[in-house]
Amino acid sequence: MEKFTQEHEWIRLEGEVATIGITDHAQSELGDIVFVELPEVGTKVTAGGEMATVESFKAASSVYAPVTGEIVEINETLGDDPAQVNTEPMGAGWFVKIRLEDVSALDELMDEAAYLALVS
Amino acid sequence: MGIAARNGSRSNFKGWMLEIRDEKRHKLSGEEKTTCLNDFHIAHGARMAPFAGYMMPLNYTDGPLKEHMACRTGAAVFDVSHMAQLDITHPSGQAAPVLAALEGVIPANLIDLPEYHQRYGLLLNPQGGILDDVMVIHAGSYVRMVVNAACADKDISWLAGHLTGFGISRLQRALVAVQGPAAAKAVAQLVSLPEEVRFLQVAVSEFDGQQIELSRSGYTGEDGFEVSLPEIVAEGFVTRLIENEGVQMAGLVARDSLRLEAGLCLYGQDMDEDISAVTASLHWSIPKIRRKGGAREAGFIGADITLADLAGGSAECRIGVIAPKGVPPRSGTPVFDSKAGGRQIGLVTSGSPAPSVGQPVAMVRIDRDFANSDAPVFAEVRGRRLPLTRCDMPFVAHRFYRGS
Repeated sequence: MEKFTQEHEWIRLEGEVATIGITDHAQSELGDIVFVELPEVGTKVTAGGEMATVESFKAASSVYAPVTGEIVEINETLGDDPAQVNTEPMGAGWFVKIRLEDVSALDELMDEAAYLALVS
Repeated sequence: MGIAARNGSRSNFKGWMLEIRDEKRHKLSGEEKTTCLNDFHIAHGARMAPFAGYMMPLNYTDGPLKEHMACRTGAAVFDVSHMAQLDITHPSGQAAPVLAALEGVIPANLIDLPEYHQRYGLLLNPQGGILDDVMVIHAGSYVRMVVNAACADKDISWLAGHLTGFGISRLQRALVAVQGPAAAKAVAQLVSLPEEVRFLQVAVSEFDGQQIELSRSGYTGEDGFEVSLPEIVAEGFVTRLIENEGVQMAGLVARDSLRLEAGLCLYGQDMDEDISAVTASLHWSIPKIRRKGGAREAGFIGADITLADLAGGSAECRIGVIAPKGVPPRSGTPVFDSKAGGRQIGLVTSGSPAPSVGQPVAMVRIDRDFANSDAPVFAEVRGRRLPLTRCDMPFVAHRFYRGS
């Protein structure tokens, strides 16, 4: 199940763990991504709180946690190859995995159709 | 002349997206002007944003990184028509009286500027602050100035107020920069140049039956031309240029990283009305003849403070630094003298990824004492102090064409 936020993050839930990244629309608006700063594993994040920073060619942008929970894994490969966020934003370019405090929080987020309507 | 993408300061992601939407609104509301190449940009997939009152391309479909590299390896074509081209005339039909008068507002040697040559200069206010950085061209019977878009109205008023008896008109003409090792060849295929044109020389030619003016100059550190041409032929000119292998359009984001690598200042970031020529480390543009003891010493607005600064009165200056891989210290980032605590000793005025360097680079306005020492300096980015390495500018060597 994939969900989307107004801040252009995507969330894919498997069990209690959600994989999170930024959308194709977001990467396309940001342009060439040169650096991604990720939180440490074990960090507790709160929905709406700052979670990561993306350095595109022209600016730094904050990425917010779409849900509350604990970071259980980060995408270490972005260190050497941040451009994966541009080429595969919803695949190899994922950011973090979060163990959700409350899986039902996802219900408040958009499905793909609603998100695409937002950005079109 | 400085020009670049908007201030690269930190924006949050949400804010950034809202900004993008705001930009679309700007466009719809018609507040921003467009250049004559607007339709061309959109047809070529440009991401447009407001800059200095104009909707300008930030980048095209290839993205700023490829555009940057194209300029270093082939050639990049920039629409810089938002910059104002001013023609200044004298009733005598001679350029000499105009150049003499301009020496009263620009601390450069303009009286000795040869015909069909151009020179960089600073417009200063009475406090020695920089009103604008400009190019002055001896165009035979008149003088052309190319000035920053955001400063154009201010400059015209300033010039009109201080140059009485001269005509000042802003041209409705396109300006296209072609920059890179393949630029001269691409231009030569379209335009016949009368003779060898070297760096900072100007030639008049024709394209598609229209008169155009070409100056061997630019703002990327590469060889190339800035071409002033009637709007009616601008699209045909850039279309023909990018038909060449390795020649492509580039937007303001790449223009910013290119000029920064070349150690060139952007007006509004690296200098402004509160920053003097010496503080901005632009005193190289003030020749001996206009300094203390020179044949035409002083005699320009802002001379008192400028000459005092040249004698050691300025507490700050501009230096180049290289930052650790990955994290560019952007404009507005504070610079400290210590890894923790300590004292703020400077400010990043421009910072960007630098693909031709391999690490991010920045310009820092810094306490002169620190500029001249080996003491470590740190940029504070997102609460962390990053060690900066001082580096002579330009970060990437200039490749201007100074003759065969």
